[in-house]
Amino acid sequence: MNFDDTPQEAAFRAQVRAWIDANAPKELEAELKQATFGNSGLTSGDPIALAKAWQKKKADAGWACLHWPPEYGGRGATPIERVIWGQEEGVYGSLGGLFIIGHGMCGPTLMAWASEEQKRKLLPPLASGEEVWCQLFSEPAGGSDLAGLRTRAERANDGTGDWIIRGQKIWTSGAQNSDYGILITRTDPDVPKHKGLTMFWLSMKSPGVEIRPIKQANGQSGFNEVFFTDVRIPDAQRLGAVGQGWTVSLTTLMNERLSIGSGMPTGFPELFDYCLNLQTEDGPAVDNPMVRSRLAQYAVKASGLKYTGMRAISALSKGETPGPENSIGKLVAGASMQELAMFALDLQGETGVINDPRHAQAAQKFQAMLLRSPATRVEGGTDEILRNIIAERVLGLPGDIRVDKDVPFKDIPTSGRG
Amino acid sequence: MNFDFSDEQKQLRDEARKFLADRCSPATVRVILEGPEPYDRALWKGLGEMGFLGAAIPEAYGGVGLGHLELCVIAEELGRANAPVPMASSIYLAAEALMLWGTEAQKTAWLPRLASGAAVGTLALGEGVGRVTERTIKAQMAGGKLSGVKMPVADGDVADVAVVAAREATGVSLYLVDLAGPGVSRETLETIDPTRSQARIIFDGAPAERLGEAGQGWRLASDLLDRAAVLMAFEQVGGSDRALEMARDYALERMAFGRQIGSFQAIKHMLADMYVAATLARSNAYYGAWALSTDSPELPVAAATARVSATQAYQHCAKNNIQVHGGMGFTWAFDCHLFYRRANALALALGSQTTWEDLLIERMRRRNDAPAAA
Repeated sequence: MNFDDTPQEAAFRAQVRAWIDANAPKELEAELKQATFGNSGLTSGDPIALAKAWQKKKADAGWACLHWPPEYGGRGATPIERVIWGQEEGVYGSLGGLFIIGHGMCGPTLMAWASEEQKRKLLPPLASGEEVWCQLFSEPAGGSDLAGLRTRAERANDGTGDWIIRGQKIWTSGAQNSDYGILITRTDPDVPKHKGLTMFWLSMKSPGVEIRPIKQANGQSGFNEVFFTDVRIPDAQRLGAVGQGWTVSLTTLMNERLSIGSGMPTGFPELFDYCLNLQTEDGPAVDNPMVRSRLAQYAVKASGLKYTGMRAISALSKGETPGPENSIGKLVAGASMQELAMFALDLQGETGVINDPRHAQAAQKFQAMLLRSPATRVEGGTDEILRNIIAERVLGLPGDIRVDKDVPFKDIPTSGRG
Repeated sequence: MNFDFSDEQKQLRDEARKFLADRCSPATVRVILEGPEPYDRALWKGLGEMGFLGAAIPEAYGGVGLGHLELCVIAEELGRANAPVPMASSIYLAAEALMLWGTEAQKTAWLPRLASGAAVGTLALGEGVGRVTERTIKAQMAGGKLSGVKMPVADGDVADVAVVAAREATGVSLYLVDLAGPGVSRETLETIDPTRSQARIIFDGAPAERLGEAGQGWRLASDLLDRAAVLMAFEQVGGSDRALEMARDYALERMAFGRQIGSFQAIKHMLADMYVAATLARSNAYYGAWALSTDSPELPVAAATARVSATQAYQHCAKNNIQVHGGMGFTWAFDCHLFYRRANALALALGSQTTWEDLLIERMRRRNDAPAAA
């Protein structure tokens, strides 16, 4: 049992480290370390331009999407090499937030379902960050119940075979910065809900696409609503067969859960550091037994996630598939961050309410964490969906009884909106 | 990176699981729960014959000469089987103390017998209610004779030898006491987990010889508890997994409202949370195993991390195993309470959860204060 690289891994790590050392935008390091939740920390330039510049530089040297095949813009690296890259890229990796959806979900979906010609055309600029992609899945009427979506795609009646899209998506991350998107639609409302779906890709500049930012509960705007008014998509931009959209979407969603070893933040290092420095009447907060007890509970969660990640990396290093234990990451991190933020504010007494940078510089990050953390427990699979997944796929418990399973979509009761 | 047990170690785990499936069924655990025997002597002898007791003891002292990683995988299986044997007292504590600090004569006298199971050892540290600290150790050593009252002493009623913390002019030291010798009287205590026995031992001028450096007894005991905590964390992880499996199996089998109860989200989510706790505990236990097996300076933090996480997980899984079983889970006939008893007994053995939480944060703080290591 050890944390050591194999000789090949060590050689690869040295190569990565040397390149990053020579090429990383070190002038941004201090700013990137100041990042808080929902805020990149970048103040010295346009965050999007800076992200694209770093991605392009990586791509030109063969370090973009390195696990993808070279003909699609990657370098054909192994999973463990990808993990090593992530470890070495460190704080600069956070510049890549703009590309997470495109690289993590849209790219793999295109790789599995687009034509060879389309893959060679679309994937390299996606990898290099010259083109940004988003994922148009959730709807007002279809979140956890994604297959309940209502955005319609109908054949144009002009003989072109094109599709006409009408409807609305919601919670689309980064739509305002995206050039393209993958879009799941309903093509047949007369069959049960999972069977009448079809997937497309489209330009976000298509006529009839309107993007409106959502003002979130924490005051920021990272997500969007996207409206489709008679948007025309050529049939050649269909991914998979008509009616096969659900299967295609599973490719995307499986990839969402494959980001291993990246380590979900829990907020513990920040809290521990805060408790070391917070002076109370009886000395530093960390000396208080009640504080220690709470800190210890958060510490073992953070540590448990870290070493669960190490176990997955070890499996990759041996060429094995990691076990299901990584499914716990977001569930643990999201809930513990929220509790931890509340505790951090409690430690501040009545001033915990202050979110004013003139008076709360040391602690303001916990206020941001508090206000952002409800989203972590919902986005990319709610806590409840994640527990269902663990119960069903890991523990082998039966699926929910689905009252809408064999009912034509148009006959399923809805809650009104949509 | 290879943050995992080797194939040989996994084979050993399978071997231990098979052995315990044959020799330590819930029915045999119940013999100890319900009967007068303090532990399963036949099983204990068998564990000795299989080389499981001596896994980490050098061959020169009658052991198998493997290492602590091997002991970790065996511990996990003992926890899973809820084995009613004095493994922690005799092997994680007494044998470990002798290996670390024993003189040649002390090692030769005791280790071979501990490795074979012919003798049982234990650690006698605490003297009453509350957290044990250096100050709470009142037992006295004078002229080679030890006097004082120790309670609780795990397996103290059946042990042949004890490592005892006591005080003399130089401060607290550890001493080795032959419990068959003069000046020792003891009584078995009733506990929440009768499958693991506890005793009160009165030392009244019992002959004792020092084990390890004089005046350093508290530091040594603390090191010893860290090492044992990692091994016990594996017992707790094994118990957590078994409790989760029992709950899962029952949720699949039990029908109510015309369907398997495991199809209700209230049950599914409870089981998912048990899986989360057990998984975090396992990963933290691996961290402890790594630190123990490499003698890492991280061991104090790793041991406390493994311990806090494993205690949480086992208590969580054991109590919710009963909950999933409903009323049947509260019957004597169902095995759920065996795991509930053991989970809560292990949560206190080696020190309470709040003690370990305090130690964890204190140690993280000290690590933070230390000049950055290269």
